[in-house]
Amino acid sequence: MAQVAKEKNSNFSAYKILAGMREGMDPAWLAALRAKAGARFEEIDFPTTRNEEWKYTNVAPILKVPYREIFDLDADGLTVERIAPFTFVESRHSQMVFINGIYSKELSDLSGLPESAVVTSLAGMTEEQALVASRHLAAYAKYQDDAFTALNTAHIGDGALVYIPGGKIVETPVHVIFISTSEEASATHPRVLIIAGKGAMATIIESYVSTEDNVYLTNAVTEVFAAEESAITHYRLQEESEKAFHVATTQVHQERESNYVSYAFSLGAEIARHTLNVVLTDEHTDTTIDGLYVVTGKQHVDNHTTMDHSKPNCTSHQLYKGILDGKSRAVLKGKVLVREGALLTEAHQLNKNLLLSKDSSVDTKPQLEIFADDVKCSHGATVGQLEDDELFYLASRGIAPEQARALLTFGFAEDVISKIKLKSVRKQLDKTVLDKLHQSLDLE
Amino acid sequence: MLEIRNLRAKIGDKEILKGLNLTVRAGEIHAIMGPNGSGKSTLAKVLAGHPSYEVTGGEVIYQGKNLLEIDPDERAREGVFLAFQYPIEIPGVSNANFLRMAYNEKAKHDGRDELDPLEFDDLLQERMKIVEMDSVFINRSVNEGFSGGEKKRNEILQMAVLEPKLAILDETDSGLDIDSLRIVANGVNKLANKDNAIILVTHYQRLLNYIEPNFVHVLYKGQIVKSGGKELALALEEKGYDWIKPAGATA
Ligand SMILES: Nc1ncnc2c1ncn2[C@@H]1O[C@H](COP(=O)(O)OP(=O)(O)OP(=O)(O)O)[C@@H](O)[C@H]1O
Ligand SMILES: [Mg+2]
Repeated sequence: MAQVAKEKNSNFSAYKILAGMREGMDPAWLAALRAKAGARFEEIDFPTTRNEEWKYTNVAPILKVPYREIFDLDADGLTVERIAPFTFVESRHSQMVFINGIYSKELSDLSGLPESAVVTSLAGMTEEQALVASRHLAAYAKYQDDAFTALNTAHIGDGALVYIPGGKIVETPVHVIFISTSEEASATHPRVLIIAGKGAMATIIESYVSTEDNVYLTNAVTEVFAAEESAITHYRLQEESEKAFHVATTQVHQERESNYVSYAFSLGAEIARHTLNVVLTDEHTDTTIDGLYVVTGKQHVDNHTTMDHSKPNCTSHQLYKGILDGKSRAVLKGKVLVREGALLTEAHQLNKNLLLSKDSSVDTKPQLEIFADDVKCSHGATVGQLEDDELFYLASRGIAPEQARALLTFGFAEDVISKIKLKSVRKQLDKTVLDKLHQSLDLE
Repeated sequence: MLEIRNLRAKIGDKEILKGLNLTVRAGEIHAIMGPNGSGKSTLAKVLAGHPSYEVTGGEVIYQGKNLLEIDPDERAREGVFLAFQYPIEIPGVSNANFLRMAYNEKAKHDGRDELDPLEFDDLLQERMKIVEMDSVFINRSVNEGFSGGEKKRNEILQMAVLEPKLAILDETDSGLDIDSLRIVANGVNKLANKDNAIILVTHYQRLLNYIEPNFVHVLYKGQIVKSGGKELALALEEKGYDWIKPAGATA
């Protein structure tokens, strides 16, 4: 333990500097929140593999890097043109760009958003906006027992607020982009707060990318509040450098009759962990959490999801698919909790994995805990390879083995990708997945 | 076009084809009948090059070449086509994309121009008429959620797009209702010409009412035990296989 504490002090104490730098600039409640989270971070340890929730993911390699903290914006020569590959036509005028965790007004463009949408950096909130944020920030993602979340919370200075007030429908997707550019190992703590008021509708894309193929840490926390009758579609594209570490929590709070759809793609990072918890607090909610991870080489990806049903008549669907090559490893723990009283719950969960190499492996643990009657629940997990019969079918149509493998692998991923309604996001993912597997296909 | 001599093949330790002989010339239609498990699908898959089957003896000459030495995808590009008894599903890949890829592979091989999606769509629309297929099937994933009959029709659509020299249709008539049977049979008839050959594997005479074979063969325990004209199929329909089994053989 002494060693962990030492690492914590030397590698992760920048929040103290941050607190000093931001003195007097933030509302009192935010400064107090940071201080409390910092104090808590001092008290608790980072998880080890003895912790059930971290059994398959050893964070020791993440903790031993001496990270450099970045407090100021340095666009590092990035221009709107240079970041174009990270952006999407659908959200070119509704994008927030963060460079190494710091908001870049120059690279951001919010001109395509209606007045009604509040999209701002946390550091630049008006008093009125701060009041709304204060009711939700850190209200869902609990930092008391999680060192990574505590560390992130202690670092809240900048970050993204996407607030769609009640009754407003924002058709234009809002894209929040976190770009890492640092050549020295940096640690950033991106924070995103998404609030949909009663009956509001929005689409948010959250992406994590890098310009350098380098070691760095992204420790992200996103909170989503979906008020009654609201509908949120949330894309999460994790395309970090393959040497980077990515630890993230997405905590979703859904109220009565709200609809939340999440598509989480995990493609980058050497070690990636995403914890996605959805708490259904009232009746008639609908939730879809789909995901795709594609890992190669020595990559390790860990997805932990929880669907927490506590009230009757709620529906949830989960489909997570994984493609593994090289010596990569994937972990999926998907818990569906149907609490006492959550009658007529319908919850379905499926995890399918495709192993392209002998040396890749998957630990998948779907977990159904039901304490209510009259529910319709299912769960399952599969781990398979490309079948001889499938490859033969394609061969019998004149398709060469390489192409056949590419086509079948693509088809496997497409199950999830094809659900995406934003065309350029879909196209980009198609390409990224094929590139990653060193495959190419001439498809429409 | 195709000369099979004394072909032997096994799967695992089990020998299934036990010295099979068959000659097929361009312009001919051959029907192969025979009881369940006699080796009909095995023959079809061995000809197409399925890796699970091991050829242990004999030879297969296709257009003057040793077919057994050619990789399965190359055989297809050389004009061998198998319509599967149980076509597989390919989720996530649209029929249109799949067919265009197959078409272009063959076009490249034949030294013809590859087609872009628009050009290919024209060709596809025209070929779809041959099997009276609805456009909705084109943008759906290959065979995914297709009914048994739709899958079979899709196989013949593939045949129509690829225009093989040697087509082996493994029970393409099984599971078809009478309308689908007529459509599929008409499709095959439209595709048959003097330069190609068709081997029909079937259990039923009714298909042969629509597609008239030049020869009918009975495959039994891995060998062709009897060959004849189309009247043989009628006799089989009437009397079953018992009268054909070689003396001393038991089912
Ligand atoms: N993978 C396999 N392993 C072991 N035996 C097999 C395998 N595949 C087929 N066989 C056996 O080979 C024999 C021939 O099978 P085949 O499918 O060629 O018969 P068929 O004549 O097409 O029958 P049907 O009329 O039922 O389609 C059968 O006894 C079958 O059980
Ligand atoms: Mg058969």
